[in-house]
Amino acid sequence: MVAHAEIRVVHLSGSKINFREPVITNDSRFLLCASGESVKVYSSSSEECVHDLQGHTDLVSGIVRNPSNHLQVYSCSADGTVRLWDFTDGILIKTFIIGYPIYSIYVSENHGGVVFVVVPMANDKSSELFQLVAVHLPLSGDQEVEARELSAVLCDVSPSGAASFGRKGEYIAAVKGLQLEVFFFKKQKSHRFFLKSGNKKGAKNAFTCVSCHPKEDCIATGHEDGKIRLWRNFNQKKEYTYSTLHWHHGAVNTLQFTPEGTNLLSGGIESVLVQWHYTQENQKDFLPRLGGAITHIAVSPDGSLFCTSHSDNKITIIQSCVKVSAIIQGLVKGEGVRTDLTIDPRSKALVLNGKPGHLQFYSLHRDKLLYNLDIVQQEYIHEEGLDQFEVVKAAFDTRGDWLATVEERTQKGSELEINLKLWVYDEQTQSFMLNTTVIAPHEDQITAMCFSPSPETTMLVTISFDGHFKAWLLADHSDTKEGASWSCDFVGGYHHLKPGCCCFSADGSLLAVGFQEVVTVWSPSWELLTTLSQPPGAIRDLCFGRLSCSKYLLGTSTKNQLCCWNLLTCSLEWSTPVDVSLLQADPLSENMAAFCSQSGCSDLFVFKPGEPRPLYSQKALCTGKVQRAVFAPRDQMLESCEEHAQWLNRSQLYFFTQHMDLMTFSTKTEEDRLLASSKRLMVDDSVAVTPFYLLLGKHRQHQEALTNPMAERIQLPQGSIAIKELLYTPAHVLPSASFLCSMFVRSLLISSSSASEEKEPVEEEMESEEEDSEGEAELRDARQDLGGSAAWGPGEELGAPALTKAQERELRRVKHFDHSWLSSVLEC
Amino acid sequence: MASFKSTKIPIYPKLGEKVTPDTLYWKNYKAPVQIKEFGAVTSIDFSSLAPHNYAVTASTRIHIYGPFSTEPVKTFTRFKDTAYSGKFRSDGQLLVAGCEDSMVRLFDVSGKVALRVFKGHTKGVHVTDFTSDCYHILTGSDDYTCRLWDIPNSTELTSYKEHTDYIRCGITSKLNRDIFITGSYDHTLRMFDARVEKSVMTMDHSQPVESVLLYPSEGLLVSAGGRYVKVWDLLKGGQPLVSLKNHHKTVTCLSLSSNGQRLLSASLDRHVKIYNTTNYKVVHNFDYAASILSLALAPDDESIVVGMTNGVLSIKHRKSPEEKREMAGKQRMQPVYRIFVKGRNYVPKKDDFLVSKPVKSHLAKYDKQLKKFNISKALDTALESWRRNRKPEITVAVMKELDRRGTLKNALAGRDEQNLSQLLNFLIGNVVDPRFTPVLVTATEMILDIYQAVVGQSSVVDRQLVRLQELVEREVDYQQDLLEVLGMLDTLFAASLPRKEVPCPGSSRSNGLAEGSLGAPGPQLKAA
Repeated sequence: MVAHAEIRVVHLSGSKINFREPVITNDSRFLLCASGESVKVYSSSSEECVHDLQGHTDLVSGIVRNPSNHLQVYSCSADGTVRLWDFTDGILIKTFIIGYPIYSIYVSENHGGVVFVVVPMANDKSSELFQLVAVHLPLSGDQEVEARELSAVLCDVSPSGAASFGRKGEYIAAVKGLQLEVFFFKKQKSHRFFLKSGNKKGAKNAFTCVSCHPKEDCIATGHEDGKIRLWRNFNQKKEYTYSTLHWHHGAVNTLQFTPEGTNLLSGGIESVLVQWHYTQENQKDFLPRLGGAITHIAVSPDGSLFCTSHSDNKITIIQSCVKVSAIIQGLVKGEGVRTDLTIDPRSKALVLNGKPGHLQFYSLHRDKLLYNLDIVQQEYIHEEGLDQFEVVKAAFDTRGDWLATVEERTQKGSELEINLKLWVYDEQTQSFMLNTTVIAPHEDQITAMCFSPSPETTMLVTISFDGHFKAWLLADHSDTKEGASWSCDFVGGYHHLKPGCCCFSADGSLLAVGFQEVVTVWSPSWELLTTLSQPPGAIRDLCFGRLSCSKYLLGTSTKNQLCCWNLLTCSLEWSTPVDVSLLQADPLSENMAAFCSQSGCSDLFVFKPGEPRPLYSQKALCTGKVQRAVFAPRDQMLESCEEHAQWLNRSQLYFFTQHMDLMTFSTKTEEDRLLASSKRLMVDDSVAVTPFYLLLGKHRQHQEALTNPMAERIQLPQGSIAIKELLYTPAHVLPSASFLCSMFVRSLLISSSSASEEKEPVEEEMESEEEDSEGEAELRDARQDLGGSAAWGPGEELGAPALTKAQERELRRVKHFDHSWLSSVLEC
Repeated sequence: MASFKSTKIPIYPKLGEKVTPDTLYWKNYKAPVQIKEFGAVTSIDFSSLAPHNYAVTASTRIHIYGPFSTEPVKTFTRFKDTAYSGKFRSDGQLLVAGCEDSMVRLFDVSGKVALRVFKGHTKGVHVTDFTSDCYHILTGSDDYTCRLWDIPNSTELTSYKEHTDYIRCGITSKLNRDIFITGSYDHTLRMFDARVEKSVMTMDHSQPVESVLLYPSEGLLVSAGGRYVKVWDLLKGGQPLVSLKNHHKTVTCLSLSSNGQRLLSASLDRHVKIYNTTNYKVVHNFDYAASILSLALAPDDESIVVGMTNGVLSIKHRKSPEEKREMAGKQRMQPVYRIFVKGRNYVPKKDDFLVSKPVKSHLAKYDKQLKKFNISKALDTALESWRRNRKPEITVAVMKELDRRGTLKNALAGRDEQNLSQLLNFLIGNVVDPRFTPVLVTATEMILDIYQAVVGQSSVVDRQLVRLQELVEREVDYQQDLLEVLGMLDTLFAASLPRKEVPCPGSSRSNGLAEGSLGAPGPQLKAA
């Protein structure tokens, strides 16, 4: 079969891991958390992801341990299913189809065979009211079971995390707004308690979270104003009492009793884990400065481990409230990517602003956050409404020796604070060290900056809304005690226009700065060489062509123009009316990627500036505008011969959609390779997959394999006739040693007949894949016919394929999944 | 769990000259010794003999000073008129001097009376020198001639009359006994060979030449005249190499530092400039009280002697290494440091088992308070008098941190009269400092907001507020003046830039010129 190179848009993981409360397993070795459409199993000691439980087709909205089997967990999802997993092997055991989108899940030991889920009140998804229902899980051998036996427990509950089971599962407490509702299962009756909407001091009394004491009749509730109330005696409607604890100054985000009920843990925006002693309520312990605001707290069943989820997409594992033992950090997306996406030339990591005041280095190949670089270097004050310093720009020079960052703080009624910082890479510490800080480098916001790619000078150009662009040079003061530092070399402007973008040519010999409608081209000696303009519309993006297309300069304007100027003739080569929201040049080839937004969707065109037809185009890439994009160089070059996939050979294109999802393009060949490598990496799942383990584990397996068959095979080589012949034949009649060598070595190898049996299921799977991809190939052929006629320009629309992408993917996943399950059953 | 991040105290750039090895070297001199002479000091010459005495020619006398004496060890007074150019012979035994009365006198250093008197010039003799074989004397005179004399016979050997103006400087080659160079007010430098009738090389300095100097290798010649110092390549037939214009008045004297790496020039503008002889950049600069006429360096740069028009002789001696060591020793004796360092510099040996101890980070007092969110106390600690006076940047940094936390107003509020006047004092002292202005202006506004209700209750505070107001008004006026000057400069620079048409095929607009960086004030920069 001919390998077809189909290009797909893939959702790259790196999704939220702090969406719902994580779960620690009974033996405290694993930590499970919902991450997008999958459940991730992390090792609590090594921080590595051990399994990725895939199967849900929508956002996973809750995970709970199966109270009757400590090796299993339930997960629920907005796709309307509850799934039961074996997390040690990463196997899906059962799927219960509920039929309504589920927002959270609760279980209790005393309610066997029943899970409590939160579903919308009305059947439609848009409904704002939610109810808690009990679902009786049918006992059936089937893999997919429909669970239709629903009984409402509480109506009008909040969709997430605001319910808790009381002592021995006798009651369940749920909070919403200003109301606490306790439902007693024995009496089948619920009590409601209301608080006044606001006290005289403007205190906000609304409930935020609830947790029930596991041993006593006590309910702890958290409130908007930072108070914690402990409710007792609530089985009477009238004579209930509550006591108040107050430490938090912001809302209490989460509350959790330890399994023995001796301590109560609370967390909020202050990012301090507070441990209240249940018996002595005025005593408390603190664990401060954990990172972002605490959103969830989970406690292991034996009480030895706590873990806190933070708003900066992080899970911290804490050993009994004294020591942080591990940190699982996901890609921090925050409110938006303020810095452009950049690639660190050294580590090939994606660099963008992460938690407040930090730059994050995210490895795209390993889907792991490498480290955070503290840019602002200030104590972060967790308080709402405070203006914080934010990293807004970051740029690397071509070799990765220098990093420039811009941080700014806007303040109400006072001027903007901007700092430009330059960081040098330190070989010894393997990280960036602060070299120069420029306070107030410009009078207004810095809109763009770039390093000169020329190898002779180390130069940075910053442009700002104050109408100037500045060139910063590394001045070497080798004769003085202080080392090299940066200083301003040139200040330029053009008719007091505001510059919007800048770009260096690939060799650093030209600098183009877009001043509203005019593009100015400057030489390294700061002479204005020429100006280019294509009114109307201010210049939005500028890009120099590379390699064979280096004579072209591309620019996009706000008035839906994509222009290409020839720098040799200083004239417009071509222009086309498209609304390009983002223009990106591939640093390793001549290719350019242009993201165009059209009627609520984004299209992608990949083209060479010198050629009239695009290399590749994809309509309706995603909904909304593409926010940021970057070309990341590949580790290994792909050997794709398909014409329209060749642009992905050297580098890969990553982009952020409007909803802050990191997406990328992948080809068929690449996916095959990934699949193969993931099979190779199948290791003993009970141990966390660390690089060390991979090394040692393989070695050990190899050794085992060596020792076991040794007994029966040891005499095999000696017995072979070839060896005997070789040894007894006179040397002068033998062929040359080089000729014999390979045969001799082969005769010593262990025959592969015994291993072939094990391989069979794998091959079967491969076949099924091939069928799968054949089906796809047909699909794509059909699309190609359509796409072939799509010329460079808008207007022509692609016909909708027979199956949507999501469906295709789903189909494929189901096939894969079924198969692995079958094979696992076979093995059993 | 991250540790508390202490408040960043910004390091502000040091303005003024950078600390280079050169500045360290040339600053390593003691305070100058000043000796008053009778008239302008026209010439200083060091003896090459061991104690390195030097002859100072001023008015009608020549004084010889010992290396560390402030009184002359010897004086020659037998001149009828102003003496010029007292020079030692290379063996340090003989001294020659010209005179305004056209006679050249030769003295024995130990004697008093002239050994020889050379008569022949018709006007004052400003230039005298011994040739390298020690038997001849070169003289240059205002009668436009330069002559060679034989010492044993006291006869005139040759006379050259090629210059067309006063000869005011000259030098003999130290390698060849026949070669010498003279510089004249006719703007030329001429090189003569005693074996040849005429000059062998002529260089045009285009200014009256005041001083000439040969490099030890004698491949390069340095001449000074007018505001220029020029370097000539003699091996390339007198080709000009560099022209330096670093003085704004006539350069009167040149000298080389003993290793030939640095060139010194002294000028009537009261400056001595030191050049690096590889790139001819000024590496250091000395200022003196009056116009400088003569300059000499002792061997090994042990002392710099400068003679000025007002008759003051200034001698700077190099600091001896013992003194330096003494000062360093004093610092080392401090017990605090010894205790602090005790055991910390122990380097573990190969087999030692290292037990690591968590490093306890020490927080400054104000940081401790900030960590506990005690904002008022943090500001109080930052306002402690020594910190306020010695390191205002710390106080300002704490204020900035409080402002960032949005609690500066709370920290400033609720202060009594004494506290408030302290705060106002600090503001008066620092609010116009450009490094601190942005933060302190915010703080000042807050203080005025908070305490406007109590204005008039305390005379101390009221007086300070009035002072603050005056200060701010003055600063505003000053800034306005500066902006006006900046505007004027911009106009001047714009007018001086050549107008150039920029080709613009793609643009329909008319193109202007690039605005230069000249007028823009440089942003504050600090090295981390």
